[in-house]
Amino acid sequence: MYNETVMEHFTNPRNVGEIPDASGVGEVGNVVCGDILRVYIKVKDGVLDDVKYMTFGCGAAVASGSMMTELAKGKTVEEGLKLSNNDVAKALGGLPAQKKHCSNLAADALHKAIEDWKQKASAAAGRA
Amino acid sequence: MRKVYLDHAATTPLHPEVYSLMCRFMKDTFGNPSSIHSFGREARKWVEEARQQVADLIKASPEEIYFTSGGTEADNLAILGTAAARRKKGNHIITSSIEHHAVLDTCKYLEKNGYEVTFLPVDRYGMVDPDDVRKAIRRDTILISIMHANNEIGTIEPIEEISRIAREHEVIFHTDAVQTAGKIPVNVEALGVDLLTLSSHKIYGPKGIGALYKRKGLRLLPVVHGGGQEKKLRSGTENTIGIVGFGKAAEIAARDLEEEHDRTKRLRDRLVRGILEKIPEVRLNGHPEKRLPHNANFSFAYVEGESMLLSLDLKGIAASSGSACSSRALEPSHVLTAIGLPYELIHGSLRMTLGRANDEEDIDYVLEVLPEIVNRLRSFSPLAQKHPVGSAG
Repeated sequence: MYNETVMEHFTNPRNVGEIPDASGVGEVGNVVCGDILRVYIKVKDGVLDDVKYMTFGCGAAVASGSMMTELAKGKTVEEGLKLSNNDVAKALGGLPAQKKHCSNLAADALHKAIEDWKQKASAAAGRA
Repeated sequence: MRKVYLDHAATTPLHPEVYSLMCRFMKDTFGNPSSIHSFGREARKWVEEARQQVADLIKASPEEIYFTSGGTEADNLAILGTAAARRKKGNHIITSSIEHHAVLDTCKYLEKNGYEVTFLPVDRYGMVDPDDVRKAIRRDTILISIMHANNEIGTIEPIEEISRIAREHEVIFHTDAVQTAGKIPVNVEALGVDLLTLSSHKIYGPKGIGALYKRKGLRLLPVVHGGGQEKKLRSGTENTIGIVGFGKAAEIAARDLEEEHDRTKRLRDRLVRGILEKIPEVRLNGHPEKRLPHNANFSFAYVEGESMLLSLDLKGIAASSGSACSSRALEPSHVLTAIGLPYELIHGSLRMTLGRANDEEDIDYVLEVLPEIVNRLRSFSPLAQKHPVGSAG
């Protein structure tokens, strides 16, 4: 059902956990469909210095979260915004057709985390 | 790696005695049971012996057994056949919301074609209330179909009470006994049913063969038309190899029923006890007592079922889940929905169904492996973070 790369990421997911003093947090999915993925980012000088995630979801959700953090880490915020769900699936060597839409949301969660960081940053700039 | 098969409600391996009989039969006997020559007569003899064996399993007469391609076809024949035969009497059917899709979707099909269907609710254990059945009966009710036991949560329904109500109102009563025959005693007279569905591959027989029990004298119209086999109720040359295997499987199931019942129940109880002890925030789905002896169904808070199945599979353990992600239709289990479980606990469900191959070591292996799996998945679950494990009951 899943290829070796997906199973490897499922078995040893990279960068799981939370970042307590995260610059931004993003969450996608809902409990009705059965997948929730939350992403934490730490931004330093416009670069995604650290990216972590947590998920309640199927094998595809666990693996795509893991792959996303690997792809995003070290990239600029702008590059992070360009990372797509499809890029994540490709890097995993493909996902089963029925999993592509519901369980491949890691890049969306990353984008939300970046938006969250941007809002917080501009609010902080407004206060300064 | 140790292999532990805990998905016997999905299917079972062939019993060795069934296998060797089928091999012997298939090597020597190829005749069409409808032929009058010696080849045909030989095949007929085997088919009729199997019919007797299947009848014996449910205390029926062989004339009341009609072979089909499996449980699904038998359910279809029971429902569509009754609906067609009793069209002039009425067009109302009563069933439950936790039936197997073979019943549920056949009723929904009839609903689209001019029939009316009442889908009865169940309580939190998955039990149908006979009073609800009584209240749902109308003058135009022609059929009630309630499963003997549920395939997901193992709850055994009060079939005797419901059939009594059906008889009082002269309504035909069908039960799907695919999960019960060979696992708990099934006696068509005691149950008081008119129609009863059986499947071979759930009782260590081959796939692609099942049967419908039809009470003598009950009128049913066929669904499959053709050469008029099975007393014109199910046309098509008999699946002789399957029938012979099914017959043997039924004979063995009847022979070993009590012993296997007690043995699997003991193992199942050990499994349930162990899991409830070792893993926090878990619930047992289904009825605490009125349940199949080999069924255990749990919901683990904060973890998703498919992830559990994959993790178990990596350890050689085969189970199943009602989570949306693990279903072909990507829909959460209709059974767990009907018993009122919140989505999170439906997605976190895990069904383990025991059988002949399992022993105590299997159970202890699961009890060793599963807590680690649940802990690992909880360690990165955002839901567990919202409600830290151990903080709530």
